[in-house]
Amino acid sequence: MTTRTAAGPAIRVQGLEKSYKTLQVLRGVDFEVARGSIFALLGSNGAGKTTAVKILSTLLKADAGTVTVNGFDVATQGGDVRESISLTGQFAAVDEILSGRENLVLVARLRHLKNPGRIADDLLDRFSLTDAAARKVSTYSGGMRRRLDIAMSLVGNPPVIFLDEPTTGLDPQGRIEVWQAVKELADQGTTVLLTTQYLDEAEQLADRIAILHEGRIIVNGTLAELKKLLPPAEVEYVEKQPTLEDVFLALVGDKR
Amino acid sequence: MMAKHFFGDTNVLLGRSLRHIARSPDTIITTAIMPIAMMLMFVYVFGGAIDTGSDSYVQYMLPGILLITVASGISYTAFRLFLDMKGGIFERFQSMPIARSSVLWAHVLTSLVANLISLVVVLLVALLMGFRTNAGVAEWLAVAGILFLFTLALTWLAVIPGLTAKSVDGASAFSYPLIFLPFLSSAFVPTNTMPGPVRAFAEHQPVTSIVNTIRGLFTQQPIGTDIWIALAWCVGILIVAYIFATITYRRRIS
Repeated sequence: MTTRTAAGPAIRVQGLEKSYKTLQVLRGVDFEVARGSIFALLGSNGAGKTTAVKILSTLLKADAGTVTVNGFDVATQGGDVRESISLTGQFAAVDEILSGRENLVLVARLRHLKNPGRIADDLLDRFSLTDAAARKVSTYSGGMRRRLDIAMSLVGNPPVIFLDEPTTGLDPQGRIEVWQAVKELADQGTTVLLTTQYLDEAEQLADRIAILHEGRIIVNGTLAELKKLLPPAEVEYVEKQPTLEDVFLALVGDKR
Repeated sequence: MMAKHFFGDTNVLLGRSLRHIARSPDTIITTAIMPIAMMLMFVYVFGGAIDTGSDSYVQYMLPGILLITVASGISYTAFRLFLDMKGGIFERFQSMPIARSSVLWAHVLTSLVANLISLVVVLLVALLMGFRTNAGVAEWLAVAGILFLFTLALTWLAVIPGLTAKSVDGASAFSYPLIFLPFLSSAFVPTNTMPGPVRAFAEHQPVTSIVNTIRGLFTQQPIGTDIWIALAWCVGILIVAYIFATITYRRRIS
Protein backbone atom coordinates (compact mmCIF):
# COMPACT_ATOMS: atom_id res chain seq x y z
CA MET A 1 0.00 0.00 0.00
CA THR A 2 1.27 3.44 -0.79
CA THR A 3 0.26 6.22 1.49
CA ARG A 4 0.77 9.72 0.30
CA THR A 5 2.48 11.78 2.91
CA ALA A 6 2.67 15.50 3.26
CA ALA A 7 5.27 17.50 5.10
CA GLY A 8 4.61 19.06 8.49
CA PRO A 9 3.42 17.53 11.74
CA ALA A 10 1.59 14.21 11.70
CA ILE A 11 -1.40 15.72 13.45
CA ARG A 12 -2.43 19.35 13.70
CA VAL A 13 -5.51 20.39 15.65
CA GLN A 14 -6.62 24.02 15.75
CA GLY A 15 -9.61 25.48 17.55
CA LEU A 16 -11.44 22.17 17.72
CA GLU A 17 -14.95 22.41 19.16
CA LYS A 18 -17.63 19.81 19.61
CA SER A 19 -20.91 19.77 21.52
CA TYR A 20 -23.50 17.09 22.06
CA LYS A 21 -26.75 19.01 22.16
CA THR A 22 -26.14 21.51 24.97
CA LEU A 23 -23.11 19.74 26.43
CA GLN A 24 -19.89 21.38 25.28
CA VAL A 25 -17.29 18.61 25.20
CA LEU A 26 -14.44 20.33 23.35
CA ARG A 27 -14.14 24.10 23.70
CA GLY A 28 -11.27 25.03 21.44
CA VAL A 29 -8.56 22.40 21.49
CA ASP A 30 -5.15 23.06 19.88
CA PHE A 31 -2.18 20.75 19.66
CA GLU A 32 0.35 19.31 17.26
CA VAL A 33 1.99 15.92 17.16
CA ALA A 34 5.41 15.59 15.57
CA ARG A 35 6.04 12.71 13.20
CA GLY A 36 7.33 9.56 14.82
CA SER A 37 6.56 10.68 18.36
CA ILE A 38 4.25 9.38 21.05
CA PHE A 39 1.78 11.97 22.23
CA ALA A 40 -0.40 11.35 25.26
CA LEU A 41 -3.71 13.07 25.76
CA LEU A 42 -4.26 12.88 29.47
CA GLY A 43 -7.55 13.53 31.16
CA SER A 44 -10.12 12.21 33.56
CA ASN A 45 -13.26 10.41 32.43
CA GLY A 46 -15.51 12.66 30.41
CA ALA A 47 -12.75 15.15 29.62
CA GLY A 48 -13.40 14.71 25.88
CA LYS A 49 -10.49 12.46 24.97
CA THR A 50 -12.58 9.91 23.10
CA THR A 51 -14.51 12.62 21.31
CA ALA A 52 -11.24 14.15 20.11
CA VAL A 53 -9.97 10.78 18.88
CA LYS A 54 -13.23 10.09 17.08
CA ILE A 55 -13.01 13.40 15.25
CA LEU A 56 -9.36 12.77 14.34
CA SER A 57 -10.27 9.34 12.96
CA THR A 58 -13.24 10.69 10.92
CA LEU A 59 -15.88 8.93 13.00
CA LEU A 60 -17.36 12.21 14.19
CA LYS A 61 -17.66 15.64 12.61
CA ALA A 62 -16.31 18.66 14.42
CA ASP A 63 -18.50 21.71 15.03
CA ALA A 64 -15.62 24.11 14.51
CA GLY A 65 -11.87 24.15 14.02
CA THR A 66 -9.53 22.42 11.63
CA VAL A 67 -7.86 19.07 11.99
CA THR A 68 -5.26 17.62 9.66
CA VAL A 69 -3.87 14.12 9.97
CA ASN A 70 -0.84 13.18 7.87
CA GLY A 71 -1.45 16.44 6.02
CA PHE A 72 -5.06 15.63 5.11
CA ASP A 73 -8.09 17.54 6.33
CA VAL A 74 -10.44 15.24 8.26
CA ALA A 75 -13.49 17.17 7.10
CA THR A 76 -12.79 17.17 3.37
CA GLN A 77 -10.28 14.37 2.77
CA GLY A 78 -11.75 11.64 4.97
CA GLY A 79 -10.74 8.88 2.60
CA ASP A 80 -7.07 9.96 2.59
CA VAL A 81 -7.12 10.30 6.37
CA ARG A 82 -8.47 6.76 6.72
CA GLU A 83 -5.69 5.51 4.45
CA SER A 84 -3.18 7.12 6.82
CA ILE A 85 -4.50 6.02 10.20
CA SER A 86 -5.53 3.17 12.34
CA LEU A 87 -7.80 3.36 15.35
CA THR A 88 -7.71 1.14 18.38
CA GLY A 89 -10.80 2.20 20.23
CA GLN A 90 -11.65 2.04 23.89
CA PHE A 91 -13.18 -1.40 23.58
CA ALA A 92 -11.07 -4.07 21.92
CA ALA A 93 -12.26 -4.01 18.31
CA VAL A 94 -11.74 -7.67 17.62
CA ASP A 95 -14.10 -10.25 16.20
CA GLU A 96 -14.73 -12.73 19.01
CA ILE A 97 -15.99 -15.51 16.78
CA LEU A 98 -13.05 -15.48 14.41
CA SER A 99 -9.58 -16.72 15.32
CA GLY A 100 -6.72 -14.32 15.91
CA ARG A 101 -5.25 -15.05 12.52
CA GLU A 102 -8.60 -14.64 10.77
CA ASN A 103 -9.01 -11.24 12.41
CA LEU A 104 -5.69 -10.08 11.01
CA VAL A 105 -6.38 -11.51 7.57
CA LEU A 106 -9.76 -9.76 7.58
CA VAL A 107 -8.17 -6.38 8.25
CA ALA A 108 -5.41 -7.00 5.69
CA ARG A 109 -8.00 -7.83 3.03
CA LEU A 110 -10.05 -4.76 3.92
CA ARG A 111 -6.92 -2.68 3.52
CA HIS A 112 -6.57 -4.24 0.08
CA LEU A 113 -3.11 -5.63 0.75
CA LYS A 114 -1.39 -8.43 -1.09
CA ASN A 115 -0.46 -11.54 0.86
CA PRO A 116 -2.87 -11.09 3.79
CA GLY A 117 -1.84 -14.47 5.18
CA ARG A 118 1.83 -13.56 5.43
CA ILE A 119 1.08 -10.17 6.97
CA ALA A 120 -1.08 -11.93 9.57
CA ASP A 121 1.63 -14.47 10.39
CA ASP A 122 4.27 -11.76 10.76
CA LEU A 123 2.14 -9.77 13.17
CA LEU A 124 1.15 -12.86 15.17
CA ASP A 125 4.82 -13.56 15.59
CA ARG A 126 5.64 -9.98 16.53
CA PHE A 127 2.95 -9.90 19.20
CA SER A 128 3.69 -13.40 20.54
CA LEU A 129 0.30 -14.68 19.46
CA THR A 130 1.47 -17.44 17.12
CA ASP A 131 0.49 -20.21 19.55
CA ALA A 132 -3.01 -18.79 19.91
CA ALA A 133 -3.38 -17.93 16.23
CA ALA A 134 -5.95 -20.59 15.41
CA ARG A 135 -7.98 -20.15 18.58
CA LYS A 136 -11.20 -18.20 18.72
CA VAL A 137 -10.61 -14.73 20.16
CA SER A 138 -13.37 -15.33 22.73
CA THR A 139 -10.89 -17.64 24.51
CA TYR A 140 -8.17 -14.95 24.73
CA SER A 141 -7.19 -13.14 27.92
CA GLY A 142 -7.67 -9.38 28.17
CA GLY A 143 -4.00 -8.70 27.44
CA MET A 144 -3.93 -11.02 24.43
CA ARG A 145 -7.07 -9.42 23.09
CA ARG A 146 -5.58 -5.96 23.39
CA ARG A 147 -2.38 -7.13 21.73
CA LEU A 148 -4.34 -8.58 18.86
CA ASP A 149 -6.31 -5.35 18.71
CA ILE A 150 -3.11 -3.33 18.38
CA ALA A 151 -1.67 -5.84 15.90
CA MET A 152 -4.80 -5.33 13.77
CA SER A 153 -4.13 -1.60 13.83
CA LEU A 154 -0.64 -2.17 12.46
CA VAL A 155 -1.75 -4.07 9.39
CA GLY A 156 -0.55 -2.10 6.40
CA ASN A 157 1.78 0.05 8.54
CA PRO A 158 -0.32 3.20 8.69
CA PRO A 159 1.87 6.20 9.60
CA VAL A 160 -0.46 7.43 12.37
CA ILE A 161 -2.04 5.31 15.08
CA PHE A 162 -4.69 6.31 17.61
CA LEU A 163 -4.93 4.33 20.80
CA ASP A 164 -7.90 5.28 22.92
CA GLU A 165 -7.27 4.19 26.52
CA PRO A 166 -5.34 1.11 25.41
CA THR A 167 -4.81 -0.32 28.90
CA THR A 168 -8.13 0.41 30.59
CA GLY A 169 -9.40 -2.78 32.18
CA LEU A 170 -6.16 -4.70 31.81
CA ASP A 171 -4.28 -6.41 34.62
CA PRO A 172 -0.71 -5.19 35.35
CA GLN A 173 0.85 -7.83 33.11
CA GLY A 174 -1.45 -6.97 30.24
CA ARG A 175 -0.61 -3.32 30.73
CA ILE A 176 3.12 -3.95 30.46
CA GLU A 177 2.57 -6.04 27.33
CA VAL A 178 0.70 -3.19 25.71
CA TRP A 179 3.31 -0.62 26.74
CA GLN A 180 5.98 -2.78 25.17
CA ALA A 181 4.01 -2.92 21.93
CA VAL A 182 3.50 0.84 21.85
CA LYS A 183 7.21 1.52 22.44
CA GLU A 184 8.15 -0.78 19.60
CA LEU A 185 5.76 1.08 17.34
CA ALA A 186 7.34 4.42 18.00
CA ASP A 187 10.80 2.91 17.49
CA GLN A 188 9.73 2.09 13.96
CA GLY A 189 8.74 5.66 13.21
CA THR A 190 4.99 5.39 13.63
CA THR A 191 3.27 8.42 15.14
CA VAL A 192 1.17 7.40 18.12
CA LEU A 193 -1.54 9.45 19.75
CA LEU A 194 -2.76 7.76 22.88
CA THR A 195 -5.33 8.81 25.39
CA THR A 196 -5.14 7.69 28.96
CA GLN A 197 -6.39 8.47 32.41
CA TYR A 198 -3.35 6.83 34.02
CA LEU A 199 -0.61 9.27 34.79
CA ASP A 200 2.12 6.63 34.96
CA GLU A 201 1.16 5.44 31.49
CA ALA A 202 1.73 8.87 30.01
CA GLU A 203 4.94 9.15 32.00
CA GLN A 204 6.20 5.76 30.73
CA LEU A 205 5.37 6.17 27.08
CA ALA A 206 4.91 9.67 25.88
CA ASP A 207 7.38 12.10 24.35
CA ARG A 208 4.88 14.87 24.92
CA ILE A 209 1.91 15.05 27.21
CA ALA A 210 -1.12 17.30 26.95
CA ILE A 211 -3.68 17.52 29.70
CA LEU A 212 -7.24 17.88 28.49
CA HIS A 213 -9.50 19.34 31.12
CA GLU A 214 -13.07 20.54 30.70
CA GLY A 215 -12.73 20.66 26.95
CA ARG A 216 -9.44 22.57 26.78
CA ILE A 217 -5.76 21.70 26.74
CA ILE A 218 -4.49 23.23 29.96
CA VAL A 219 -0.84 22.20 29.60
CA ASN A 220 1.21 20.68 26.81
CA GLY A 221 4.87 19.74 27.06
CA THR A 222 7.46 17.08 27.71
CA LEU A 223 7.48 15.28 31.01
CA ALA A 224 10.46 17.39 32.12
CA GLU A 225 8.65 20.59 31.20
CA LEU A 226 5.54 19.52 33.06
CA LYS A 227 7.58 18.69 36.13
CA LYS A 228 9.08 22.18 36.08
CA LEU A 229 5.61 23.61 36.52
CA LEU A 230 5.81 22.54 40.13
CA PRO A 231 8.22 24.05 42.65
CA PRO A 232 11.60 22.29 42.68
CA ALA A 233 11.63 18.98 44.50
CA GLU A 234 12.90 18.87 48.03
CA VAL A 235 15.34 16.13 48.80
CA GLU A 236 14.00 13.72 51.38
CA TYR A 237 15.24 10.34 52.40
CA VAL A 238 12.51 7.73 52.36
CA GLU A 239 12.84 3.99 52.61
CA LYS A 240 11.92 2.55 49.22
CA GLN A 241 8.97 0.25 49.75
CA PRO A 242 8.02 -2.10 46.93
CA THR A 243 4.70 -1.17 45.41
CA LEU A 244 1.98 -3.77 45.31
CA GLU A 245 2.59 -3.96 41.58
CA ASP A 246 6.25 -4.87 42.15
CA VAL A 247 5.17 -7.55 44.61
CA PHE A 248 2.54 -8.91 42.27
CA LEU A 249 4.87 -9.09 39.30
CA ALA A 250 7.66 -10.65 41.37
CA LEU A 251 5.30 -13.32 42.71
CA VAL A 252 3.79 -14.29 39.38
CA GLY A 253 7.29 -14.41 37.97
CA ASP A 254 6.85 -12.16 35.00
CA LYS A 255 10.23 -11.35 33.58
CA ARG A 256 9.25 -8.55 31.28
CA MET B 1 -16.12 7.59 -2.30
CA MET B 2 -14.04 4.42 -2.42
CA ALA B 3 -16.61 3.00 -4.83
CA LYS B 4 -13.98 0.91 -6.55
CA HIS B 5 -13.64 -1.22 -3.43
CA PHE B 6 -17.35 -1.61 -2.75
CA PHE B 7 -17.78 -5.12 -4.15
CA GLY B 8 -14.46 -6.42 -2.84
CA ASP B 9 -15.05 -5.02 0.65
CA THR B 10 -18.64 -6.25 0.77
CA ASN B 11 -17.42 -9.67 -0.27
CA VAL B 12 -14.76 -9.79 2.46
CA LEU B 13 -17.25 -8.68 5.12
CA LEU B 14 -19.89 -11.10 3.84
CA GLY B 15 -17.34 -13.91 4.23
CA ARG B 16 -16.84 -12.80 7.83
CA SER B 17 -20.57 -12.84 8.67
CA LEU B 18 -21.11 -16.18 6.94
CA ARG B 19 -18.30 -17.61 9.02
CA HIS B 20 -20.15 -16.35 12.10
CA ILE B 21 -23.24 -18.22 11.00
CA ALA B 22 -21.30 -21.37 10.19
CA ARG B 23 -19.77 -21.27 13.68
CA SER B 24 -23.02 -20.64 15.50
CA PRO B 25 -25.57 -22.56 13.41
CA ASP B 26 -27.93 -22.30 16.40
CA THR B 27 -29.10 -18.94 15.05
CA ILE B 28 -30.40 -20.68 11.97
CA ILE B 29 -31.81 -23.62 13.88
CA THR B 30 -33.72 -21.40 16.32
CA THR B 31 -34.97 -19.36 13.38
CA ALA B 32 -36.39 -22.51 11.82
CA ILE B 33 -37.54 -24.22 15.02
CA MET B 34 -40.30 -21.80 15.93
CA PRO B 35 -42.08 -21.95 12.58
CA ILE B 36 -41.64 -25.72 12.50
CA ALA B 37 -43.15 -26.03 15.98
CA MET B 38 -46.07 -23.84 14.89
CA MET B 39 -46.53 -25.94 11.80
CA LEU B 40 -46.61 -29.17 13.85
CA MET B 41 -49.04 -27.65 16.33
CA PHE B 42 -51.38 -26.22 13.76
CA VAL B 43 -51.41 -29.29 11.56
CA TYR B 44 -51.65 -31.97 14.25
CA VAL B 45 -53.49 -30.10 17.03
CA PHE B 46 -55.67 -27.29 15.66
CA GLY B 47 -55.74 -28.30 12.04
CA GLY B 48 -58.54 -30.84 12.42
CA ALA B 49 -60.84 -28.13 13.74
CA ILE B 50 -60.09 -25.58 11.03
CA ASP B 51 -62.12 -25.83 7.89
CA THR B 52 -60.23 -24.24 5.04
CA GLY B 53 -61.92 -26.03 2.21
CA SER B 54 -58.59 -27.45 1.01
CA ASP B 55 -57.66 -31.09 1.26
CA SER B 56 -54.65 -30.85 3.58
CA TYR B 57 -54.02 -28.20 6.19
CA VAL B 58 -50.24 -28.20 5.78
CA GLN B 59 -50.90 -27.29 2.17
CA TYR B 60 -52.99 -24.36 3.31
CA MET B 61 -50.78 -22.89 5.99
CA LEU B 62 -47.26 -23.38 4.59
CA PRO B 63 -47.09 -19.92 2.92
CA GLY B 64 -47.85 -18.22 6.26
CA ILE B 65 -45.27 -20.39 8.01
CA LEU B 66 -42.65 -19.36 5.45
CA LEU B 67 -43.35 -15.69 6.16
CA ILE B 68 -43.08 -16.32 9.91
CA THR B 69 -39.72 -17.98 9.25
CA VAL B 70 -38.46 -14.84 7.55
CA ALA B 71 -39.91 -12.57 10.25
CA SER B 72 -38.11 -14.49 12.97
CA GLY B 73 -34.95 -14.79 10.86
CA ILE B 74 -34.50 -11.06 10.43
CA SER B 75 -34.45 -10.50 14.17
CA TYR B 76 -31.00 -12.11 13.99
CA THR B 77 -30.04 -9.62 11.31
CA ALA B 78 -30.79 -6.81 13.74
CA PHE B 79 -29.02 -8.77 16.48
CA ARG B 80 -25.82 -9.29 14.47
CA LEU B 81 -25.73 -5.66 13.40
CA PHE B 82 -26.33 -4.55 17.00
CA LEU B 83 -23.41 -6.66 18.24
CA ASP B 84 -21.08 -5.08 15.67
CA MET B 85 -22.23 -1.60 16.67
CA LYS B 86 -21.83 -2.35 20.36
CA GLY B 87 -18.35 -3.84 20.13
CA GLY B 88 -15.56 -1.75 18.74
CA ILE B 89 -15.39 -3.60 15.44
CA PHE B 90 -17.89 -1.31 13.73
CA GLU B 91 -15.78 1.75 14.54
CA ARG B 92 -12.69 -0.06 13.37
CA PHE B 93 -14.30 -0.73 10.00
CA GLN B 94 -15.53 2.86 9.75
CA SER B 95 -12.05 4.23 10.44
CA MET B 96 -10.52 2.06 7.71
CA PRO B 97 -10.12 2.93 4.04
CA ILE B 98 -13.08 0.82 2.93
CA ALA B 99 -16.33 1.57 1.15
CA ARG B 100 -18.37 2.50 4.22
CA SER B 101 -21.68 1.21 2.92
CA SER B 102 -20.20 -2.25 2.42
CA VAL B 103 -20.46 -2.83 6.19
CA LEU B 104 -24.24 -2.58 5.91
CA TRP B 105 -24.55 -4.49 2.65
CA ALA B 106 -22.58 -7.40 4.05
CA HIS B 107 -25.16 -7.72 6.83
CA VAL B 108 -28.01 -7.49 4.35
CA LEU B 109 -26.56 -10.23 2.13
CA THR B 110 -25.85 -12.40 5.17
CA SER B 111 -29.48 -12.02 6.17
CA LEU B 112 -30.59 -13.22 2.73
CA VAL B 113 -28.34 -16.27 2.92
CA ALA B 114 -29.35 -17.15 6.51
CA ASN B 115 -33.06 -16.81 5.70
CA LEU B 116 -32.69 -18.89 2.57
CA ILE B 117 -31.21 -21.73 4.62
CA SER B 118 -33.99 -21.51 7.24
CA LEU B 119 -36.65 -21.45 4.52
CA VAL B 120 -35.21 -24.57 2.92
CA VAL B 121 -35.16 -26.35 6.31
CA VAL B 122 -38.81 -25.42 6.97
CA LEU B 123 -39.78 -26.48 3.46
CA LEU B 124 -38.12 -29.88 3.92
CA VAL B 125 -40.02 -30.47 7.16
CA ALA B 126 -43.25 -29.48 5.38
CA LEU B 127 -42.50 -32.06 2.70
CA LEU B 128 -42.06 -34.70 5.41
CA MET B 129 -45.42 -33.65 6.85
CA GLY B 130 -47.12 -34.29 3.56
CA PHE B 131 -46.87 -30.99 1.72
CA ARG B 132 -47.09 -31.64 -2.01
CA THR B 133 -47.26 -29.28 -4.97
CA ASN B 134 -47.48 -29.62 -8.71
CA ALA B 135 -45.86 -26.23 -9.14
CA GLY B 136 -43.52 -26.11 -12.11
CA VAL B 137 -40.24 -24.26 -12.50
CA ALA B 138 -41.94 -20.97 -13.31
CA GLU B 139 -44.17 -21.15 -10.22
CA TRP B 140 -41.24 -22.07 -7.96
CA LEU B 141 -39.24 -19.18 -9.37
CA ALA B 142 -42.16 -16.86 -8.68
CA VAL B 143 -42.42 -18.14 -5.08
CA ALA B 144 -38.66 -17.73 -4.64
CA GLY B 145 -38.82 -14.22 -6.10
CA ILE B 146 -41.58 -13.09 -3.75
CA LEU B 147 -39.88 -14.61 -0.72
CA PHE B 148 -36.64 -12.92 -1.80
CA LEU B 149 -38.33 -9.53 -2.04
CA PHE B 150 -40.13 -10.05 1.26
CA THR B 151 -36.87 -11.03 2.99
CA LEU B 152 -35.00 -8.10 1.47
CA ALA B 153 -37.72 -5.65 2.55
CA LEU B 154 -37.84 -6.99 6.13
CA THR B 155 -34.03 -7.12 6.26
CA TRP B 156 -33.75 -3.41 5.56
CA LEU B 157 -36.45 -2.87 8.14
CA ALA B 158 -34.34 -4.88 10.62
CA VAL B 159 -31.31 -2.71 9.88
CA ILE B 160 -33.03 0.25 11.58
CA PRO B 161 -33.36 -1.31 15.08
CA GLY B 162 -29.97 -2.97 14.55
CA LEU B 163 -28.41 0.48 14.21
CA THR B 164 -30.43 2.33 16.83
CA ALA B 165 -31.22 -0.19 19.59
CA LYS B 166 -29.85 0.47 23.05
CA SER B 167 -29.97 -3.18 24.15
CA VAL B 168 -29.97 -6.67 22.69
CA ASP B 169 -33.63 -7.09 23.60
CA GLY B 170 -34.53 -3.87 21.83
CA ALA B 171 -32.68 -4.99 18.73
CA SER B 172 -34.64 -8.20 18.32
CA ALA B 173 -38.02 -7.36 19.90
CA PHE B 174 -39.18 -5.38 16.88
CA SER B 175 -39.76 -8.63 15.01
CA TYR B 176 -42.46 -9.89 17.41
CA PRO B 177 -45.28 -7.92 15.79
CA LEU B 178 -44.05 -9.07 12.40
CA ILE B 179 -44.18 -12.70 13.54
CA PHE B 180 -47.70 -12.08 14.81
CA LEU B 181 -48.97 -10.42 11.65
CA PRO B 182 -49.67 -13.68 9.75
CA PHE B 183 -52.19 -14.67 12.46
CA LEU B 184 -54.29 -11.68 11.47
CA SER B 185 -54.30 -12.69 7.83
CA SER B 186 -55.45 -15.44 5.54
CA ALA B 187 -52.40 -17.51 6.56
CA PHE B 188 -54.13 -19.89 8.99
CA VAL B 189 -57.89 -19.42 8.54
CA PRO B 190 -59.92 -17.96 5.69
CA THR B 191 -60.56 -14.27 6.34
CA ASN B 192 -64.32 -14.62 5.76
CA THR B 193 -64.62 -16.38 9.14
CA MET B 194 -63.38 -13.27 10.98
CA PRO B 195 -65.58 -10.53 12.51
CA GLY B 196 -65.94 -7.34 10.43
CA PRO B 197 -63.16 -4.99 11.63
CA VAL B 198 -60.63 -7.83 12.00
CA ARG B 199 -61.53 -9.09 8.57
CA ALA B 200 -61.12 -5.62 7.10
CA PHE B 201 -57.65 -5.38 8.63
CA ALA B 202 -56.70 -8.89 7.58
CA GLU B 203 -57.72 -8.36 3.99
CA HIS B 204 -55.80 -5.12 3.64
CA GLN B 205 -52.49 -5.95 5.26
CA PRO B 206 -49.48 -7.14 3.27
CA VAL B 207 -49.32 -10.70 4.59
CA THR B 208 -52.70 -11.73 3.16
CA SER B 209 -51.85 -10.81 -0.41
CA ILE B 210 -48.42 -12.43 -0.17
CA VAL B 211 -49.86 -15.61 1.40
CA ASN B 212 -52.62 -15.80 -1.20
CA THR B 213 -50.11 -15.37 -4.01
CA ILE B 214 -47.75 -18.09 -2.76
CA ARG B 215 -50.67 -20.40 -2.00
CA GLY B 216 -52.06 -19.82 -5.48
CA LEU B 217 -48.67 -20.58 -7.04
CA PHE B 218 -48.28 -23.80 -5.04
CA THR B 219 -51.80 -25.04 -5.83
CA GLN B 220 -51.84 -23.63 -9.35
CA GLN B 221 -55.01 -21.71 -8.69
CA PRO B 222 -55.63 -18.42 -10.49
CA ILE B 223 -53.91 -15.65 -8.51
CA GLY B 224 -55.63 -12.59 -9.91
CA THR B 225 -54.54 -9.22 -8.60
CA ASP B 226 -53.05 -10.59 -5.39
CA ILE B 227 -49.61 -10.93 -6.91
CA TRP B 228 -49.52 -7.25 -7.89
CA ILE B 229 -50.73 -6.15 -4.46
CA ALA B 230 -48.14 -8.45 -2.88
CA LEU B 231 -45.36 -7.04 -5.07
CA ALA B 232 -46.46 -3.49 -4.37
CA TRP B 233 -46.34 -4.12 -0.61
CA CYS B 234 -42.92 -5.74 -0.77
CA VAL B 235 -41.39 -3.06 -2.98
CA GLY B 236 -43.09 -0.30 -0.99
CA ILE B 237 -41.81 -1.59 2.35
CA LEU B 238 -38.39 -2.16 0.79
CA ILE B 239 -38.08 1.40 -0.50
CA VAL B 240 -39.30 3.06 2.70
CA ALA B 241 -37.18 0.80 4.93
CA TYR B 242 -34.11 1.31 2.72
CA ILE B 243 -34.45 5.09 2.84
CA PHE B 244 -34.90 5.18 6.62
CA ALA B 245 -32.10 2.66 7.17
CA THR B 246 -29.72 4.67 4.99
CA ILE B 247 -30.58 7.91 6.77
CA THR B 248 -30.06 6.21 10.14
CA TYR B 249 -26.74 4.79 8.97
CA ARG B 250 -25.49 8.15 7.68
CA ARG B 251 -26.38 9.67 11.01
CA ARG B 252 -24.47 6.95 12.85
CA ILE B 253 -21.28 7.30 10.82
CA SER B 254 -20.98 11.05 10.63
